[in-house]
Amino acid sequence: MAKTLGPVRRAFAPWDDPSATPLIRFEAITKRFGDFTAIDNVSLDIYEREFFALLGPSGCGKTTLMRMLAGFETPTEGRVLLDGEDISQVPPHKRPVNMMFQSYALFPHMSVADNIAFGLKQDGLPAGDIKARVEEMLSLVKLEPFARRRPDQLSGGQRQRVALARSLAKRPKVLLLDEPLGALDKKLREETQFELMDLQEKLGMTFLIVTHDQEEAMTVADRIAVMNHGSFEQIDPPSVIYEQPNSRYVADFIGDVNLLDGALETRGGARVFSSKALSNPLPVMPPDDTPDGSACIAIRPEKLSVSLTEPEQADGLAMLKGTVWDIAYMGDVSIFHVRLSDEVCTGQDKDETVPVLRATIANTTRLVERPIAWDDAVWVTWQADAAVVLPR
Amino acid sequence: MRKMSAFNITALTLGFAFLYLPILILIVYSFNESRLVTVWGGFSTRWYGELFRNEGLMDAAWVTARVAFVTATVATVLGTMAAIALVRIGRFRGRTLFNGMIYAPLVMPEVITGLSLLLLFVAMNFARGFWTVVIAHVTFSMCYVAVVVQSRLLTFDQSLEEAAQDLGCPPWKSFFVITLPVILPAVLAGWMLAFTLSLDDLVIASFATGPGATTLPIKIYSQIRLGVTPEINAVCTILIGLVAFGILAASLASKHRLLRTGNAT
Repeated sequence: MAKTLGPVRRAFAPWDDPSATPLIRFEAITKRFGDFTAIDNVSLDIYEREFFALLGPSGCGKTTLMRMLAGFETPTEGRVLLDGEDISQVPPHKRPVNMMFQSYALFPHMSVADNIAFGLKQDGLPAGDIKARVEEMLSLVKLEPFARRRPDQLSGGQRQRVALARSLAKRPKVLLLDEPLGALDKKLREETQFELMDLQEKLGMTFLIVTHDQEEAMTVADRIAVMNHGSFEQIDPPSVIYEQPNSRYVADFIGDVNLLDGALETRGGARVFSSKALSNPLPVMPPDDTPDGSACIAIRPEKLSVSLTEPEQADGLAMLKGTVWDIAYMGDVSIFHVRLSDEVCTGQDKDETVPVLRATIANTTRLVERPIAWDDAVWVTWQADAAVVLPR
Repeated sequence: MRKMSAFNITALTLGFAFLYLPILILIVYSFNESRLVTVWGGFSTRWYGELFRNEGLMDAAWVTARVAFVTATVATVLGTMAAIALVRIGRFRGRTLFNGMIYAPLVMPEVITGLSLLLLFVAMNFARGFWTVVIAHVTFSMCYVAVVVQSRLLTFDQSLEEAAQDLGCPPWKSFFVITLPVILPAVLAGWMLAFTLSLDDLVIASFATGPGATTLPIKIYSQIRLGVTPEINAVCTILIGLVAFGILAASLASKHRLLRTGNAT
């Protein structure tokens, strides 16, 4: 699919530049704990000034990979390179990276200012420099009035800022963020995501974030690595991860998606997707080298249209007939669940083998003359290139 | 709060009387003017004065204080180390056994502990005196320290030490600047506990002691066999005061810690 996806944020893409040298390189890393393989032979390059996200469910190995960069884990096999130097065996306190811990790990017996100054003191900086840097950090996270407080006298959001300021104080080459916003409530979390992005841009630093929250990864990161069972499923910018997932797992993990199983065929030079569960074959536009045979298609709910009247047949328009099964009115959008069957049925005798498509329709007008209702017969359509063909 | 019934009040009064009446009588009679222990002759602090002029008792008190101080310090270091080993070093071979062995001396009859130590000292041809009492006291009081410190370490967020190392602090130093200050209240409570345990121990000390190392409890015990003097009452009152202070300080230290961490989480 040679479709372009529009410019990525800030048009920053050193990963596409073959002459760029990575700041961080994970080289064929394997990590085993006894019989359990936490990380299975992965390689990854992260570039300077990049905001990189490791995304995956718990237990996928993302935290272990990050802790390897901090020095709290050593790889069983492979090397970790920072600025071209092998740091696999360097202890944590000698690495030019800093980490913001999930629990914040603020020193409870020290004031906010002393927490921030801790790393600088370890470097033996002169007292005047430490004081200046602490003040700079306090103003960066807007905590000047709280310098003399202890961590237990702060709110969750304030503690998070202290932890951030402390890990930034030494100006590390890389800042590691381990689920940094997990303990904040939703609204504060969203605000903080944007603040993190601004901060990263302002300081021109490399950030590596570990998260299980796909929205968070999509918001902050330049590139996302989706992890599963200790290896990478896909490493790409957020828009590519969303629009061109390379596997069923990624399509399903990121956002909502309709997945249909069937087979890819070539009919009269055109590629179509068919399945026993579907009334008619659907036009699809996979890359030319995709072989015929068993496949699955993924279509995002917002790419679907739902209409009460039969649309005109057109080239490259996929169309399926169905019955409205469920409607969820969310205010900004309505979500329609359409069963691909003519019959109207109630909850009890629902045939589980009939596929249900989920369509998200934006409520662009305040009033609709004849809104789509439950049990209406409808046509669901989408452009052929909106469906991504994936191996089953 | 619900109003207490007459039965509850009676039970409570009798219970407390049973526990504290003897002690109260002892304290009251330590201020007795009369030489006869059981006859009240008016209020006086005379016996406290006599006490400080009694060289035998004062020597014993000095020995006890030194033993208790050294014991508490050594037991705190060893007990804290044992607690760290038990909490931190995951599942090493024999961990369960070691864990059980930490608790065993808490319930071991003192006579057995004392006797076994005596046999050991004799077998090793170790001259009994000040240091044998210290060794004997350390062996049982370090277990109390280990238990107290262990319970604090279990709630200690290990990522604090990792954060210190991440910020450039070597591992040994991060223990002293981060971990130790945070668990300090428990360590101090352990020290106080060991100090008071050593202060009032009679059984184990009498097995382990030798010439020139008569502790206060041994001295008192040997004196009452010749009859109770008001002086003994006075020294016991002071001892009770010290022990009560030690226990109170230890519990305040751990309570203070609780309040602090309670706010932090």
